[in-house]
Formats: sequence, structure tokens, C-alpha cells
Amino acid sequence: MIAQPTLSARGLVKRYGRVTAIDGADFDLFPSEVLAVVGDNGAGKSSLIKTLSGAVVPDEGEIRVDGEPVHFRTPLDARKYGIETVYQDLAVAPALDIASNMFLGREKRRPDVWGRLFHKLDSTAMRAEAQQVLDELGIQIKSITQPVETLSGGQRQGVAVARAAAFGTKAVIMDEPTAALGVAESAKVLALIHRIRERGLPVVLISHNMPHVFDIADRIHVHRLGKRVAVVSPKTHSMNQVVGLLTGALRIGENGKIEEVEAAVRAGL
Amino acid sequence: MTTAVAVRPQDRPTIGEFFLRAPAVGPALALLIAIAVFSLSTDTFLNLDNLSLVVQQSLVVGTLALGQTLIILTAGIDLSNAAAMVLATLIMAKVYVSGASGIFALLLGIAATVVIGGVIGSLVTRIKLPPFIVTLGFLTMLTAAAKLFASGQAIPVPNGLLTWLGTRRYLFGGIPITYGMTLALLMYLALWYALTKTPWGKHVYAVGNAPESARLSGIKVKRTLLSVYLVAGLIYGIAAWQALGRVPNADPNAFQLGNLDSITAVVLGGTSLFGGRGSVIGTMMGALVVAVLRSGLTQMGVDALYQDVATGALLVAAVAVDRLARRQS
Repeated sequence: MIAQPTLSARGLVKRYGRVTAIDGADFDLFPSEVLAVVGDNGAGKSSLIKTLSGAVVPDEGEIRVDGEPVHFRTPLDARKYGIETVYQDLAVAPALDIASNMFLGREKRRPDVWGRLFHKLDSTAMRAEAQQVLDELGIQIKSITQPVETLSGGQRQGVAVARAAAFGTKAVIMDEPTAALGVAESAKVLALIHRIRERGLPVVLISHNMPHVFDIADRIHVHRLGKRVAVVSPKTHSMNQVVGLLTGALRIGENGKIEEVEAAVRAGL
Repeated sequence: MTTAVAVRPQDRPTIGEFFLRAPAVGPALALLIAIAVFSLSTDTFLNLDNLSLVVQQSLVVGTLALGQTLIILTAGIDLSNAAAMVLATLIMAKVYVSGASGIFALLLGIAATVVIGGVIGSLVTRIKLPPFIVTLGFLTMLTAAAKLFASGQAIPVPNGLLTWLGTRRYLFGGIPITYGMTLALLMYLALWYALTKTPWGKHVYAVGNAPESARLSGIKVKRTLLSVYLVAGLIYGIAAWQALGRVPNADPNAFQLGNLDSITAVVLGGTSLFGGRGSVIGTMMGALVVAVLRSGLTQMGVDALYQDVATGALLVAAVAVDRLARRQS
């Protein structure tokens, strides 16, 4: 039996004037998997991901969450369905402390009269909850009340990922989470992605880094010229084959096997 | 991987971190030093009546600075706050002397500054004009409007509700406390609470610190900004009431440097002009430091112009110290 995709899209189209950023793209994310999305610069990965996180509204096509058609107009809409996004610039406020950042935009108020009448924050509960999520994910920091600007790049990424993991109930989308990090910190973020999957949340990972993709992904979605051209497994395909697919040197033939494009063209003539 | 985190080694923050995290510590120290210096160098400074007077002298600028703090926290600036306040004093005075009740005159004046705040806030959020430019324009317009409205004449305000904040007083531990001092303290406490203990406060800091992150986090950035300008407008209206309590005379030529004085108090209080960092407690200290400095220097017989020199030098020194503390961390 094939599981129902947690998040899927069919025939997405997005045009900016005469430029077609998404040209009939399909997408499937299954429960508890890490799906890497790879593609050349300008292939339309970011546009595709933005439609799934609500930051871009597609002109055509359909997005489904657990099989239900949805219409995301803003990132808030996607969040309401439990889809959290870790943006490349992390979307944190550096001057605010870790707990405030994790609950930014969805602060908890005290359940008592102070909370109801005077909107008093439940700082104790938010700090405890933030600490718990960081501990679960193995992110070490000095204090939950230290400003985010006092953290290293990897720790900041950790806070942004923890926020997504804490509030995501369906899926977490990460846009180039290791692009700005060193080797050791990248390894920690990859371990973090593992742990999120262990918690049962599927992860969409957009990355340029093939070793990272092959290290962590269960399936690889190859995007080229605005559409999905292949979905391959890192177990059965090599890095060279994936690079060939995303540059267009290779393609998936009608028999499902990878073939060289020039040979195919010659055969077609 | 850690699972047990009962004990968390709390590293001692460096001096720079200490100031970064508690921005009101520096201004509080400056205030204590200033009080100590003037207490030792003059016989007249350290007595309860004089200290009460110093606080009373800081009330109007201190209240203007409270609204200014809010706007600067969102990375804005308000050059027109004192002009709006002066217009409000004239509205209150003119409406009152024309026979309306004191409460009606008061509310009409406060309504005027709230409306002005709403218009400025709308221009900043809807048309995305820089607050500096909008409030520069409003400074010019409101200053002229106040003079036109009053036909260039000051309007004396008879005793009553409008002068109540300065004339009504009680003794607290031997210190004369005016109603104005009490109201200012309550306003500072209320805003401190709103900024540090409510979601709205977190949103104000986030919008000032990183507006795009705030938007992506689901904060309604425009609505937050507009609310800041409306609350600041309300505070300026109450500043007008404080002003009539200090001097029962609505003068279109008064408080011409009130806008800059309020910015001085905010910056001395450790709030960053780049937004997102600072506190109203710091602003309270900043306003008090300026009042202590002026009062102390006056009693030492220092000329008013030299007092300006001292205030300006203190401002530059405070920002320099702040910058050095930041670099250290």
C-alpha cells in the first residue's frame, strides 16, 4: 500500500511577466521522510518551495495537505496547517532572547486574570517549553534568556530549526540550512534533521551540497527548468547521475532507466 | 547529546554583555554619580524639596521622551512631538477659557495629539515614508498651526483641572509629591509593563530590530507600528496636561527644543536609534540625569549656556561609552 503524501502538489505554474518560474511542477512529500530538493540556480526550487510555505501564490495548480486541497495566501496560512519553514536568513530578531524568538508571533499568555485582562506573557511556560525542545534536539546553549545575537551561526540555525520543529505538526521546510555554516556546524544541523525525522515529522531540504543531500535524504527530487524531472533514491543512484539529471545531461527514459540525452536525441532522429 | 540539563553553567557576562543586557544600568549609574557630585559640591542640592523640584522640572520632557522611546524602539524618530504637545496646550487653554468644562478641554487636546499620531503613523506605514521626513514636515506645520491658532499670543490658564497636575500635591515620607509626578510614574510603569510583559511589547521590539523577520514570524508589522504612533500621540496629549501643570500658560513659543530634549533623554537612557533595543526605565533615568545636571549646575552658579554645553557633552559621552561596551562584547 502506498502511503498518502503529507504534502503534495500537481501542475503548479507561476509566471512573473514573461518569465515562467514554475512550469507545471509536481511535488510529493511522504510521512517521516527527508526529501531533498536539488536543482541548478534558477531552476525554480525556491519558487516551488515558496508556494508550499505560502510565501508565493501559484497561478495554476493544486496543493494538498493529507489529500485535502488547500489554498495558501500567506506564510501564516501554511503555518496553520502545521507546515513550518526555516528561511535562509532564519527570520530571527537578533536582539531578542532565544525563548522570545521561538515564540515570536505566537506568544503564550498566562491562563489567569493577568493573562486575559492585561495580556501578561507566560514567560515561565515559554522558557520551559523552549528549553525542552532545544534539549530534545540536542542544541546546547548557555541560557534560554540570552539574546540570539550572542549565539554562533550554528546555534542560531539550531534555534530557527527548533522553532520549526516545535510548531510544525505536518512538515518542516528548510532552505539551504547548511549554506552559511562550517563543517562541524553543518554536521550538527544534519544531525538535527535526523532527529526531527525521528520525531515523525517529514523534512523538505533544499540544498546545493550533494554530499549533505546524499548523507541525509531518503529521496531526491530533481528540479530542472521549472518542473520536477526525476525523483531518485540516494541508495540506487550516484551523485554523478543526480548532477547529470539536474544539468540536463541525463534524463529518465520511458522505461524508467537513466539515459544520456544526446543518445536519446540521436535515437529519436 | 544532552538530556539532563538540571544545572546550567551560567558564565559570568563580560562588562559589555552586562550593559547590553541591562541597558538601564549605565544611565542609573550616571544619575547616582551626578546626584553624589552635586550633593557634595553644593549645600542646596541634597534636600527633599529640591529633589522634588528636580523631578517636577523633568516631567514634561520626561513624558515626551516616553512616547519618543516607543517610536525610537521601532527604529523611527519623532521630531514633532513637542510641537504637537504645544498645539494641544493651546487647544486645551482656548477651549477652557471659552467656557467649556475642564475635562472637555483636556480630552479635546489629548484627542488632537492622538489624531496627529494616527496621521503620522498612517503615512509611515501605508506610504512607507521615513519617520524623520514625516515628523520634520509635521514639526513645521504644527509649529505654524499653533501660532496661527493662538494668534501668536500665549493664553493664561486659570486654576482648575488643567493645572491640577502641578498644583495638587501630597507629602510622601516628607517629600512633596505632585499629582503630575504620580501620573508620570504610573505612565512609566504602565509602558514598562506593556513593553516587557505583553506580546505587544515583544512585537514592538521585534519590528524595530528585524522587521522582515517579524513579518515572517506572523507579526502584523504595520498594525504594530500604527499602534506605537497612536500610543505615543496619547502620551504627548498627557504631556500637554503636565506642561500646563508646570506653567499655567499655553505659549505657542514654548518647548521649541522639546523634541531634541526628548531624544537626548531617550539616548542617554541607552535606547538605540537603530531600534529594537532599549527600555523606558533607561529613558526615565535619562530624563532625570538632564534635570539633575541643570539643577546642580544652576546651584553651582554655572551659566545656562554652559549647562547646554555640559548636556551635549554628556550625550556624546554616553553614546561613546555605549558603543565601546558593545564592541567589547
